[in-house]
Amino acid sequence: MPGLFTPYEWFARWATERIFGLDPASRLGSSVEFFLYDVPKVITLLVLVSFAVGTLQTWLQPEAVRRILGGKRLFFGNVAAAVIGIFTPFCSCSAVPLFIGFLKGGVPLGVTFSYLIAAPMVNEVAVALLWGLFGWRIALTYIGFGVTLAIAGGMVIGLLKLEKWVEPFVWEVPAGAGDVTAMPLRARAAEGWRSMREILGKVWPYIVGGIAAGAFIHGYVPGDLVMKWAGPGNPFAVPVAVLLGVPLYANVAGVLPITEALAGKGMPLGTVLAFTMAVTALSAPEMIILRNVLRPQLLAVFIALMTAGIIAVGYLFNVLL
Amino acid sequence: MKIQILGSGCAKCNQLKESAEAAARDLGLAYEIEKITDFKEIARLGALVTPALAVNGKLKLVGRVASPEEIKPLLQES
Repeated sequence: MPGLFTPYEWFARWATERIFGLDPASRLGSSVEFFLYDVPKVITLLVLVSFAVGTLQTWLQPEAVRRILGGKRLFFGNVAAAVIGIFTPFCSCSAVPLFIGFLKGGVPLGVTFSYLIAAPMVNEVAVALLWGLFGWRIALTYIGFGVTLAIAGGMVIGLLKLEKWVEPFVWEVPAGAGDVTAMPLRARAAEGWRSMREILGKVWPYIVGGIAAGAFIHGYVPGDLVMKWAGPGNPFAVPVAVLLGVPLYANVAGVLPITEALAGKGMPLGTVLAFTMAVTALSAPEMIILRNVLRPQLLAVFIALMTAGIIAVGYLFNVLL
Repeated sequence: MKIQILGSGCAKCNQLKESAEAAARDLGLAYEIEKITDFKEIARLGALVTPALAVNGKLKLVGRVASPEEIKPLLQES
């Protein structure tokens, strides 16, 4: 069926046969074709998605988001926060100022958490990679589950009234208010372009390296080995994938292509989704940074909720498919 | 003039500091530069995302690195 990526398939087949003189049915040939197909495709999608998100983001500067979410209630506030989080990825080094600024701006704790969960989890790199490697249905499923987890996690924290476990200084600092600057459309697009170049410049080596590793697995690692360790027959594959994902912060670009190759050999997609979520949402550096504003009890509740939620998503998806 | 760079010491904060210094030098301004890494102080100045640039305690640029050319007008208006 010809589709969006048919020209990329032609290119990969043509280059494998004509430029490298390899038979695509051979081990080396299939590895090379896998690499030549995936790299241009993923890079193209990353350019498109990060440019779009970078441009859209200019309408959702943190100041504007704080204004939208200020005083919002349980549920509707959580839904709004999680949805806005899709379009506003942020670096974990900003988690603390954002957290303080939101709380001081009247955003409820649970709503703030919904945003803090969704924003890093549903980011342009993860979405572009899932789309390129697994198709748009899986990318949308990931966004859907991510938003659901963010809503649920934030609501639980809101309902438990855990404000007492926020470090007291957060409530005491006087917080200034910045401005929301008006921007002409050209400047917004320029910002999208700038943000796209920054992201691409940072992640392309991981993408190329990850796809090279994936290509090797694709051509050389026997399928029954993958089935034995990560296949549907192993009931612990999901929690193990989640645990493996935690230290791999920011390397989603490098590890997703490897999971694609594993999925091609029988690893179930729910395990892939859970793994991706663990990489993006449960990063060790972010937890360490958040410890500045959260008492250990609240941090523990947050980590436990996310871990349980992500494992549940993995199992649920594996059962449903 | 006091140029303040807000952020917890990540690579981007250093890039922003270099841009701001280059802009101030080009304009021939008398300036001192201050790095603000304390979260309370960052919150007090009103920055929600870092890195950020403030001049004399007023926030000018938030959440990204900018070129010296982009920073010049921000310094001139202060």
